[in-house]
Amino acid sequence: MTAGATVTVAVTGMNALPDNPGPGVAVARCLREAYGDRVRIVGLSYDALDPGLYLHEYCDAAHLLSYPRNGAAAMLARLTEIHATEQIDVLIPCLDSELPAMVDLAPTLLEMGIRTFLPDAEQLERRAKDRLPELSEIAGVLCPQIRRLTSPGFFETCEQDGWDYPMVVKGVFYDAKVVHNPDEAATAFHMISSQWGLPVIAQRYIAGEECNLTAVGDGKGNLLGEVMMKKRAITAKGKAWVGTAIHDDVLAATARQLVAAINWKGPLEVEVMRDVKGEYHLIEINPRFPAWVYLSHGVGRNLPALLLELALGHEAPELSPPQPGVMFIRYAQETIVPLAAFEALMIDGKRTQSYEG
Amino acid sequence: MALSRRLTMSDSGFVFDPVTGNSSTVNHIGLAILRQLRQDSDVKRAVAVLQQDFDVASFVAERDVIEFTSMLRNQFR
Repeated sequence: MTAGATVTVAVTGMNALPDNPGPGVAVARCLREAYGDRVRIVGLSYDALDPGLYLHEYCDAAHLLSYPRNGAAAMLARLTEIHATEQIDVLIPCLDSELPAMVDLAPTLLEMGIRTFLPDAEQLERRAKDRLPELSEIAGVLCPQIRRLTSPGFFETCEQDGWDYPMVVKGVFYDAKVVHNPDEAATAFHMISSQWGLPVIAQRYIAGEECNLTAVGDGKGNLLGEVMMKKRAITAKGKAWVGTAIHDDVLAATARQLVAAINWKGPLEVEVMRDVKGEYHLIEINPRFPAWVYLSHGVGRNLPALLLELALGHEAPELSPPQPGVMFIRYAQETIVPLAAFEALMIDGKRTQSYEG
Repeated sequence: MALSRRLTMSDSGFVFDPVTGNSSTVNHIGLAILRQLRQDSDVKRAVAVLQQDFDVASFVAERDVIEFTSMLRNQFR
């Protein structure tokens, strides 16, 4: 970013809940670390109780968005209102469920003066959970078999077809449950379908250790700034509570193959299982930064800052070499919120005044 | 032993695997075995060095090296 210039960046996903945080606050925090007051951060979220909206040290202003289920037109109308107030230069979406609408809107947003750095609709679709085996085959990466399900009947007879328990039941956008019998599987199916819709995905279980990688695809087939993390302790929802930076050239090569196969553009998180033989199996590709992306700043590879530079049309900055062993430990704390700030978000859907918590 | 070259270790006996993120602690004998294997992957020479440095019988040194390397493989596979 040019010295002295101030850029306004809107970041979504401010739902920093303790046991399952959205990535927005971590992205905002990375930007603040990299640019200080030279970045003006506008926090965007869907619920007036999302904590990140009130963290004045990371969000200079906060606005509520229209839920993705209301469609791209409603999203655009709301972003247009917010843009009139905030003059957004760059938008960084951080939630899977809003990505399809944001990708559709990207050309319109650019005409309005809002830059993004996102994949196109086809790239987004090709990394969807129900298309992973197809992508993996093209990229030459191992991937467990999946089944798209529209009813739970599959779980009663699946063992006859060689689908043994345990297996993993997943929603199209979020949630994954390891299930050990037909009853658990049916319960998971109903819970996930009621929240995230159909299809529900059954995925074969891979025994091993989960490792995650986050990076940015430049849209030309290159993977930039990969940061790898192994969860050391997890919350009740399976989210990282303690994580350690790792580095494995094999995992980096795996991610490079996947990014090159679809010319991925934008942030991503690659989730893999490392089996007992040390081989990696692709579990998911998330089209956004993960909630643990603050670790990228901790290892000298601030990925949200890198993304911002690319969105502004600048060259990717130099990054430090990987620093395996650096850890993060997540913690919960309270922020004090004046009633007026809550009222502003409840009544007007925005908080534009700064305040000291 | 390729694994011993991959691991990072400190004088305190803290051992870290940058590939898997796993960590563990070893005592001074384990640290001596690891350092020897890191320099020279030949297990027989590691046994000889251990026998000399700790003044133990050959079969004791051999048993310790085999048990320790097996434990390491399980811990950091």
